[in-house]
Amino acid sequence: MAPDTKQPLVVEEISAQEAFEEIEGGVVLIDTREPHEAAEARIEGGKLIPPATLVATIEDAAPDKSARTVVYCRSGMRSATAAEQMMELGYTDVVSVEGGILDWQAIGLPVVTEAKLTDEQRNRYSRHTLLPEVGAAGQVKLLEAKVLLLGAGGLGAPTALYLAAAGIGTIGLVDDDVVDASNLQRQVIHNTERIGESKTSSARKTIEALNPDVEVLEYNYRLDSGNILETIADYDIIVDGADNFPTRYLLNDASVRLNKPVVSASILSFDGQISTFVPHEGPCYRCLYPSPPPPELAPSCSANGVLGVMAGVMGLLQANEVIKLVLGIGEPLVGRLLLYEALGTRFTELKVRRDPACPICGPDAVELPESELGAFPDYEAFCGGHVGS
Amino acid sequence: MPSVRVPPVLRQHTGGATEVAVEGDRVGVALEALVAEHPDTKAQIFSEEGDLNRFVNVYLNDEDVRVLDGLDTAVSENDTIMILPAMAGGSS
Repeated sequence: MAPDTKQPLVVEEISAQEAFEEIEGGVVLIDTREPHEAAEARIEGGKLIPPATLVATIEDAAPDKSARTVVYCRSGMRSATAAEQMMELGYTDVVSVEGGILDWQAIGLPVVTEAKLTDEQRNRYSRHTLLPEVGAAGQVKLLEAKVLLLGAGGLGAPTALYLAAAGIGTIGLVDDDVVDASNLQRQVIHNTERIGESKTSSARKTIEALNPDVEVLEYNYRLDSGNILETIADYDIIVDGADNFPTRYLLNDASVRLNKPVVSASILSFDGQISTFVPHEGPCYRCLYPSPPPPELAPSCSANGVLGVMAGVMGLLQANEVIKLVLGIGEPLVGRLLLYEALGTRFTELKVRRDPACPICGPDAVELPESELGAFPDYEAFCGGHVGS
Repeated sequence: MPSVRVPPVLRQHTGGATEVAVEGDRVGVALEALVAEHPDTKAQIFSEEGDLNRFVNVYLNDEDVRVLDGLDTAVSENDTIMILPAMAGGSS
């Protein structure tokens, strides 16, 4: 006996323009793409049925098998397959849109988008939105993000520049210092005309000229246990470019208390370190450095020097971490300490573990009164410190 | 031979060397060998009681020795011991 030969089903295709006219008149419209694609742009009135669930759910979603049904996807391929599957299920009047939503948009037909970008923004951020990991939806997340930078100096300068370029919508800058010529070897957000001006004001001007989408908020005071909680409260992520240990410990204790991730880097000579601290998910700064070194073992850049590009390398690694955290993509440096050595151009990665005895984020940690945020449990080990100077 | 990577702040005490080969089958022994060769490094690494200072981290390859066996952590031929101080740059 001859085997059954199945005649291949011929799927009828219509153009985007024809689809538009039919939709105006009233049809059942099926969108067979994935949710993140629909969030980017979709045709109004469509029911979203991703390909994997189509056969199982289409009969509930579109019970009338004789109704005129139009199926679309991104370019017309998945919708053709979907239409064929529906015909096999007994749908008698189903068509696929040739060229999909790409053709639809190419001829200027309207789409609904959850990602609200202006035309200028679509152009400005096109190199971001082209990346599948970002898209217009990701760019909106960047525009809605609020990032606070401790320090608008060596690390803060390049970080602020690139976060502004990326469209981080609100950038806070904490710095009470003024621009000095010796800063310009690395703090490229400032320039010769700004010497003598407040660093936050100078940074704000550069950022405003670079990207008008960014709002810059300036905080011209030193952080202490009395003001840190309210300073960081409204921000999503903190970038630590502080120039002294007391501030780093203070920021750590406050950020763990308020559950704020901190991207923390430091530079000296030809060396840089960076890690990302996400409270309770990974270690905190104290898990890594339970005690600060005495001053003679922690020289400053003004005493020892620092290669200017170190600020750029580590500052941009900080910006990279911030962007990954905002977008929720990639693998941030949680539980990892990345070291960069510029003379050999070598990266080294060390593991950082949560300290079970950590006085701030450990299971037995006691909630400190505000006045003790940043205080060292072992104060005697730290002599000659300059808290809040 | 295992080696010790010397952080910038200690290089002045090792004649500028960034990496020093040392003998030692335990981290503590290797560090003592470093100190014997370059005595001025002692204060950063060891406390008066002979323990590791709380403010310096020591790594065997990529793992903090505090989560291994501390100064008793075994060291093999091709291992690298890294001394890692905290840094906070800035101006003094």
